[in-house]
Amino acid sequence: MAFTRNNSRAPPWALVTPALAWTLLFFVLPFIAMGLSSLTAHEGGAFTLANYSQFFTDPSYWRAMVNSLEVTGTVTIVSILLAYPFAWILAEMVPQRWQRLALMLAVLPFWTSYVVRSYSWLLVLAQNGVVNRALTGIGLIGEPLQLANTRFATVTGFVHFFVMLLTLTIFANLKQLSPSYRKAAADLGAGPIRTFLHVVLPLTLPGIMVGAFLTFVLCIGDYITPQILGGNNELVMPQLVMMQIGRRGDFPLASALSIILMAVVTIAYLTCARWLKIERA
Amino acid sequence: MRAIIRFAAWVYAIAIYGFIFLPVVVLVLFSLQATSFPIPPFTGPSLRWYQAVLTDARLTSALVNSLLVAVLSSLASVTLGFLSAWGFARFVLPGSALLRGLITLPLTVSYLIIGMGLLVLFNWAGVPKSLLAAGIGHVVINLPLCFAIIYSQMGDHQINIERAARDLGAAEWKVLLMITVPVMAPAIFAGFFLSMTFSWDEFVISFLLTRFETTLPVEIWNLLRSGLNPKTNAVGSLVFAVSIVLVVFFELTLLRRKPA
Repeated sequence: MAFTRNNSRAPPWALVTPALAWTLLFFVLPFIAMGLSSLTAHEGGAFTLANYSQFFTDPSYWRAMVNSLEVTGTVTIVSILLAYPFAWILAEMVPQRWQRLALMLAVLPFWTSYVVRSYSWLLVLAQNGVVNRALTGIGLIGEPLQLANTRFATVTGFVHFFVMLLTLTIFANLKQLSPSYRKAAADLGAGPIRTFLHVVLPLTLPGIMVGAFLTFVLCIGDYITPQILGGNNELVMPQLVMMQIGRRGDFPLASALSIILMAVVTIAYLTCARWLKIERA
Repeated sequence: MRAIIRFAAWVYAIAIYGFIFLPVVVLVLFSLQATSFPIPPFTGPSLRWYQAVLTDARLTSALVNSLLVAVLSSLASVTLGFLSAWGFARFVLPGSALLRGLITLPLTVSYLIIGMGLLVLFNWAGVPKSLLAAGIGHVVINLPLCFAIIYSQMGDHQINIERAARDLGAAEWKVLLMITVPVMAPAIFAGFFLSMTFSWDEFVISFLLTRFETTLPVEIWNLLRSGLNPKTNAVGSLVFAVSIVLVVFFELTLLRRKPA
């Protein structure tokens, strides 16, 4: 088209400049400040790489990263395994007119405050909480189990959140699937199991990858759930970052750890990018 | 065989619903208990802790702060997002794809890192911790969202309506306010609503950037230091109730009104 897109007389830059300026001033600039800060010494402010070398040499710092990756990996896999069949039942077995309501109910607790949701799990898993009371009540265990302040509690809290999130994305994915694929597979003689394994699952895989990536990013950067439910027995990266700020006011080290955390997320993105792109094709 | 599979599927679905609702039910149930520990056995309903919450000046002022920050930061996000979406959708700008990428970039970075960056910057610049600082952070996370939602809904068919208005002699600000904004109202409202919920629930940025005057999630966090506390149950249940009302309202007004 040889026409201009518009006959407007408004100065276009005046429209986009405020948003760009905001992003530069309060997102890019802080990031540069954090980068510079990570290269200075806490005492004196001289240039140093010590904040980074500390992470790579101190095993307890390494440990936090390993914990983060283990927790995030477990959460991502367990959440997908729980959410996929659930989303499938909602999409395939619930009558059409009830689907909207069933889905809305399934994600209702999603809208409670994030902090409160973690606290609620503390209530459930506490020494004298509902689960322990129930288990001792029916005589399954003699002594209450230590459930709160463990990795199990952290993973449970996370899985609760991400099952809801993934149910939403996988449900949308399954509904987008045209029924003709399945009809074609059935016409060609495939049973329900083969149809699922060779047609439905591969077609929903890109959606699952997007959900998995989202879970990974949100989970590895979260401070609230591990702090409330995991306690301080076993630290993950965000807890380590917050500890530098809270206890010691060590901004340079906190900045360096944040940047390392971001680098890990970027690597995860680049690894997933191959699958994330399939969706657009 | 089919019947067994159907039965297993329903059992599974009910188990997952149970898992999803377990913490919420426990939270609300034990907020209604008069004893000073929110643990079983349940001993009858009482509104004692709700009264304690509503007469707690720290909590009520945190609630007002949260609402204020949510409304103002969402207004700023949606305004900046709308103007930039309009600019990028209606004009051919040099480096458009790159600049649009820049605006949406904060979506890929975790809140903790955005908050850390602002903390370091404000610390250097000597900006004190305040609700305003937290509000600035909330615009950083919500502006890309508003931009993405509104930009994706700006189709070419709307250009003609704007063109017609200009041909009929409308000034540019009139086109904007009387044509573009009403046409884009669903996207603008969706952006505003999502920003409100994200800001209302945001914790880590507010935690890092406020000090004395703070928002509700941070104040609830402070309550958690006292361990299991029925007051936390009560305030949590209230926040849940508010969110449900908002979601149902959103569902009934916006999502039902499909384009005719």
